[in-house]
Amino acid sequence: MNQSNCKGSMSTASSSTNWKANDVVPDQFPAGLRVLVVDDDPTCLVILEKMLRTCLYEVTKCNRAEVALSMLRENKNGFDIVISDVHMPDMDGFKLLEHIGLEMDLPVIMMSADDGKQVVMKGVTHGACDYLIKPVRIEALKNIWQHVVRKKKNEWKDLEQSGSVEEGDRQPKLSEDVDYSSSANEGNWKNSKKRKDEEEETEERDDTSTLKKPRVVWSVELHQQFVAAVNQLGIDKAVPKKILELMNVPGLTRENVASHLQKYRLYLRRLSGVSQHQGMNNSFMSPQDATFGAMSSLNGLDLQTLSVTGQLPAQSLATLQAAGLGRSTTKSGIPMPLVDQRNLFSFENPKLRFGEGQQQQMSSNKPMNLLHGIPTTMEPKQLASLHQSAQSIGSMNMQVNTHGGQGSSLLMQMAQPQSRGQILNESTSSHGPRLPSSIGQPIMTNGIAGGVIGRNGIGDNSRGTGYNQVPPSSSMLSFPMNHTTELAGNSFPLGSSPGISNATSKGPFQEEGNSEMKGSAGFISSYDIFNDLNQHQHKSHDWELQNVGLHFDASQNANPIQGNLDVSPSVLVHQGYSSSQRSGQNRNASAVGRAMFSGVECVEQGNMQNFSPHLNNLLVDNSIRVKAETIPDANSQTTLFTEHFGQDDLMSALLKQQQGGIGTAETDFDLDGYSMDNIPV
Amino acid sequence: MEVGQMQRRLIEYTKSLFMEGILDDQFLQLQQLQDESNPDFVVEVVSLFFQDAEKLLNDITRALDQQSVDFTKVDAHVHQLKGSSASVGAQRVKNGCIAFRNFCEEQNVDGSLRCLQQIKQEYYHVKNKLEALFRLEQQIVAAGGSVPMMELSF
Repeated sequence: MNQSNCKGSMSTASSSTNWKANDVVPDQFPAGLRVLVVDDDPTCLVILEKMLRTCLYEVTKCNRAEVALSMLRENKNGFDIVISDVHMPDMDGFKLLEHIGLEMDLPVIMMSADDGKQVVMKGVTHGACDYLIKPVRIEALKNIWQHVVRKKKNEWKDLEQSGSVEEGDRQPKLSEDVDYSSSANEGNWKNSKKRKDEEEETEERDDTSTLKKPRVVWSVELHQQFVAAVNQLGIDKAVPKKILELMNVPGLTRENVASHLQKYRLYLRRLSGVSQHQGMNNSFMSPQDATFGAMSSLNGLDLQTLSVTGQLPAQSLATLQAAGLGRSTTKSGIPMPLVDQRNLFSFENPKLRFGEGQQQQMSSNKPMNLLHGIPTTMEPKQLASLHQSAQSIGSMNMQVNTHGGQGSSLLMQMAQPQSRGQILNESTSSHGPRLPSSIGQPIMTNGIAGGVIGRNGIGDNSRGTGYNQVPPSSSMLSFPMNHTTELAGNSFPLGSSPGISNATSKGPFQEEGNSEMKGSAGFISSYDIFNDLNQHQHKSHDWELQNVGLHFDASQNANPIQGNLDVSPSVLVHQGYSSSQRSGQNRNASAVGRAMFSGVECVEQGNMQNFSPHLNNLLVDNSIRVKAETIPDANSQTTLFTEHFGQDDLMSALLKQQQGGIGTAETDFDLDGYSMDNIPV
Repeated sequence: MEVGQMQRRLIEYTKSLFMEGILDDQFLQLQQLQDESNPDFVVEVVSLFFQDAEKLLNDITRALDQQSVDFTKVDAHVHQLKGSSASVGAQRVKNGCIAFRNFCEEQNVDGSLRCLQQIKQEYYHVKNKLEALFRLEQQIVAAGGSVPMMELSF
């Protein structure tokens, strides 16, 4: 039951901290809060440590990001919150933020002497739960415990929601959610939430996965199983419950699966978004260097996390990225093949490119996506799994490709990543960031654009608006696509959705999701090249694209690209292929995309769950599904952005396809709920 | 000089540093963090700052001395100096860093060099002042007195 699942996660959350955030906070809380401080500036580090100690927190200080990450990995439940500087010599603070969000799902506070809007926005889009400007005052540190509590609450809430959607037995709860979301009444929300939490807790006991386990470690094997299950179900049908059943792992709760699915989805989206961005930015790999650079920034984040998480992912990423870039940027040289293929695809038909690119990306991403988010290094084993999935995708790609005529290339790509991955491991390891980008690229075409934009774009956009707050959920429907970047980046990171960590991961994913959606709706004209495709969107998404350079005009192109785009958005690339080979190639693509999304979405905490049921219904041509999925997340965000995007275009595009689908999705998703979450913030 | 006098002198001296803008409120924060369990906290932190700052200033000087100046690097150093000076309350140094970053953005070597000079001056100025302040404190403690808590009431 949903509740039980939620319970599981809740108990997990509880166990990871010394207190239960649902109802009762221990009296001594926040004393004893375990804080990890990362800053390369020794002066600041000492001062912060002293301040935090004065706040009665348990402080661990660290002056290197790598060391901090390994500390976190060794002791997953050893910390409650992380405070990290933005500018560090060994690793960018935002990369660290991503890693933590994906692997440990802890709230992360960024800090810097830099108070420029762009940097702060970046923090938002990457999922930081707060941003402190140096010099940090002790008063600012006194309240950081709120982020830990909020995150836990959000997680529970998500679980509840997702659970109800899936099981459909949560009418009461849903209504509760709806109630308080609509009333925007924090008090009500809290009360209902508490009630839910309590209920869930009781139910959890009955669940098979009653084990109150600590945070689940998604090992390589586990993740492989997860990915296999997602593929088997199809991205749009991959609901946590079913995934859980397929995986048949004792002790694993649906909540675990749901949150992993969400992250996975975000990750995919981010990858595709990034790769797209990079590839697209320079009109399809023109200045590879440029793309690389862009990629590294975008992809780097993703890829790096990937690379950090596992060698393979990074390497495969690199390859993919390289491919995406259209040049053998990756030193390994492997990417080239991929890239070439991608280039072929992309140039053949701008529209197709998107779709295909996405597809391609998907295939290539597959290896990556699989690995992404998995703390453990994915070694050949992973590759093998990836390979398999890639294969399935490859076949799918074939279909898709036929569409664009790129089938073979896609397949090739797919196969390549795997071998590449391994090769890359060696070669890329040195490169690190590069790898990720390559992987991202192939997928990126459309998805990435979204993803990338999401990250960057959102950052920019949200700047103006405080997206985190979760705009009125209503808009979600209309703009599944619109929200793309903005929503993804903004709302999630802030924890409007399940927690900051989700946000982080979501951000990227969302973007991807958005991009996907756009694809379905229309090509996301993230790239200028595609302007013709996305006529409308450019403007609306300008803000998004500014940074990224991608335009998610998806909504605009709803029609033409749908077939292609559906799938791709980075998310899809991943294993979405398993999704049905629908009637047209587009279908395939979309199916893939959808599958991916569902996969991805599921990763997010239970958000996906809500979606899954709906997605199936909603996705008219697969693509829509993706949207539906993304929308829920984005909803909160979208609302804000709708204005930016010329939502009318998107809306009509979306509505056309989904008609009622999205609408239902919205309600199901309980966007309001999201908004509500933000409200307390 | 008896303890009371020394204490008064210390307070006046500290106040003057604040009035002149050499130190800002953040320094008070540091002082408030100091307690019995950590009686030399401020001195330790400030010493760390001195070490770090001098290293950064050297790095910046070297970087600006190159044939082709890498402003990204310079900016990164300046950014860090800004952060640490802000954290200890060395206001003028921090302000100098803010101005410096503008020159970095413009890739203005001359402007950067001038700014660097200024920052160095401010840094040595605050260093001298703080060292004098710590000496005063030591004298008070040596004479058996306690260091008065500073209150930023002005």
